[in-house]
Amino acid sequence: MKPILEISNLSKKYTIGHQVHGYLSLRERIQSVFRFESREKEDFWAIRDISFDVYPGDAIGIVGRNGAGKSTLLKILSKITPPTAGNIISRGRIASLLEVGTGFHPELSGRENIFFNGSLLGMRQKEIENKFDEILDFSGVEKFLDTPLKHYSSGMQLRLAFSVAAFLEPEILIIDEVLAVGDSVFQQKCIQKMTEVSESGRTILFVSHNFSSLRSLCKRGIKLDRGRKTFDGSLEDTIDAYQSLGRVSGETIDLLKTTRGKLAQELIFRKFRFLNWPIHFGEPIKMGLMLRSSRPDGNFRDLDFGLSIIDKNNTCLIHISNRFLHQEFNHMDDDDEYIIETENILRPGRYSLTLFLRVADVVQDHLTEVISFEIPDFNPYGHRDTAAIFGAIFPKFTIKRS
Amino acid sequence: MISEPVVVISSKQNLTLSIKELWRYRELFYFFTWRDIKVKYKQTVLGLLWAILQPLLMMIIFTWFFGRTLKIPSENLPYPIFVFSGLLVWNVFASGLVNASNSMINNSAIIKKIYFPRLIIPVSSVLVSLFDFAMAFVLFIPLLMYYQQALSWTALWAWPLALFVSIMATLGMGCWLAALNVKYRDFRYVIPFLVQVLFFLSPVIYPVFLLPYPLLQYIQVSSPMYAAIELFRFPLTHVAPDPIFLTISLASGIFLLLVGTFYFRKTEDFFADFA
Repeated sequence: MKPILEISNLSKKYTIGHQVHGYLSLRERIQSVFRFESREKEDFWAIRDISFDVYPGDAIGIVGRNGAGKSTLLKILSKITPPTAGNIISRGRIASLLEVGTGFHPELSGRENIFFNGSLLGMRQKEIENKFDEILDFSGVEKFLDTPLKHYSSGMQLRLAFSVAAFLEPEILIIDEVLAVGDSVFQQKCIQKMTEVSESGRTILFVSHNFSSLRSLCKRGIKLDRGRKTFDGSLEDTIDAYQSLGRVSGETIDLLKTTRGKLAQELIFRKFRFLNWPIHFGEPIKMGLMLRSSRPDGNFRDLDFGLSIIDKNNTCLIHISNRFLHQEFNHMDDDDEYIIETENILRPGRYSLTLFLRVADVVQDHLTEVISFEIPDFNPYGHRDTAAIFGAIFPKFTIKRS
Repeated sequence: MISEPVVVISSKQNLTLSIKELWRYRELFYFFTWRDIKVKYKQTVLGLLWAILQPLLMMIIFTWFFGRTLKIPSENLPYPIFVFSGLLVWNVFASGLVNASNSMINNSAIIKKIYFPRLIIPVSSVLVSLFDFAMAFVLFIPLLMYYQQALSWTALWAWPLALFVSIMATLGMGCWLAALNVKYRDFRYVIPFLVQVLFFLSPVIYPVFLLPYPLLQYIQVSSPMYAAIELFRFPLTHVAPDPIFLTISLASGIFLLLVGTFYFRKTEDFFADFA
């Protein structure tokens, strides 16, 4: 089978530094002609040497941090901006959804916006007319069909916008992070709709930070990091690779070298360790935290510290803080270790930890998902396939006939 | 299974005007024009009536100042007819040019998110001004009858030709300025000024031979709107425009169209990066 998309050595360069306002003024342009020294320019490769093939029916999730080049890649695929080098060979009609409701006009009514937006997305007028009732039904805004869009709530606008897009029928569908918004019920509806699209044999490229929507839609994953492709494989492996990015795992972790934002930082986390390493399902998790003060007296009153345990879907499952227990701590000696112990019925899998520390309501340190740990495969029910059990936690349960 | 031809996206530019692609996107011309017209008259009480009222009010003002007070000659036409016929064609150019020049910036949100041949946007802005022309034209006919103005059959070819010339000029200059405007926002300030200057250079409110200096006349006729306006008035005045003047004016229109669309094509790939 021939690939439907062949992407080879794709690169995109932006020149930054000389453009202060984002666009040039003629004066600057004329000045630069008469100025003999060359201006300081900085080349920035938004994406660099990316190659991969996409086969008909593939559903690929693209992950990466902000600025990794995901959106640029999609923009090139959608022909919005040309690549600096490399090329793409495409063998199907591409429709891209880089934003929901592109071209929506506040003065136009819902009906008018459906037609304009649909047409922009590449639908024929006939096609829109045929699907009009379905679109309307999906959006649930029938009552306001002839009201100008400016009177819609933002949620309604979003639903209308997504409904139009949901009825696109291209061979290749490119979607950028559009599901990050909207209420969860509607999100679910959209994911379901897109899964249908994918199951009908169409090719999908999907960028998202939401792992659960990636999981329900994609089988293959590609990870981008600073413009380069750093992973290409199954979606699960891609997410694992993405999550271990910049995270350390182990029994004892030195936190002094971890990069931090601009916080107060008179008191920071020094060391983290698991007291019962490795961690097993069902066993309480015991963790030790050590701090370091950079103030001579080294005396801090009224600490508020703790951690969050976060799962693969970016959901915080356990949130621990001394504040919740009405316990007061004053930090006096850097050799003190604060021991945290929590019950654990978390499902097997990979988790990450976020640590936070405040002193008298001033943020001193905040380490977002810098530590990861894994609970090996096990379930307390004796079932042979743990993956078939969906629960985020595995509490004991019984089923009896009364 | 594979229905679309193979498309290659690369850094190499393709400067040929793809008629096939424009045809594939033909409905978008309609939708952009339709949207702009709708939006233009939304939440107005008089609605489309404005398209007629605007040139009518202009005509009244110009007739008052130039026809009555200054007694400007008007090629043996009643001054209101003279000025209205000029305004009809001129407005296609003026409003088309202003709209087309700003069209890429006004639609930058769309340009950054969706691909389609960019040429559709300025062309649609010009089509909007053509719609306004049609509305104002509805008033022009009763006006001719009111003044009992004789009209020759040459109108059948002269009027479409005049319209064609003005569209050509508007499109050429509009595309050029639209592309420049994306990159250099200075043109946002240049355009109203340019339109104003061209208005006084074009024979809208006074005939071209009114100016005493031959050099000035040549500058005047180097605007494509000279040909458009004179051709439009020809069935009314029966005075054929000077063939040399006409040639210069038409040539400048063709030149603008070629240069404008070429520059637009050359730069359109990067609109999304600058807009």
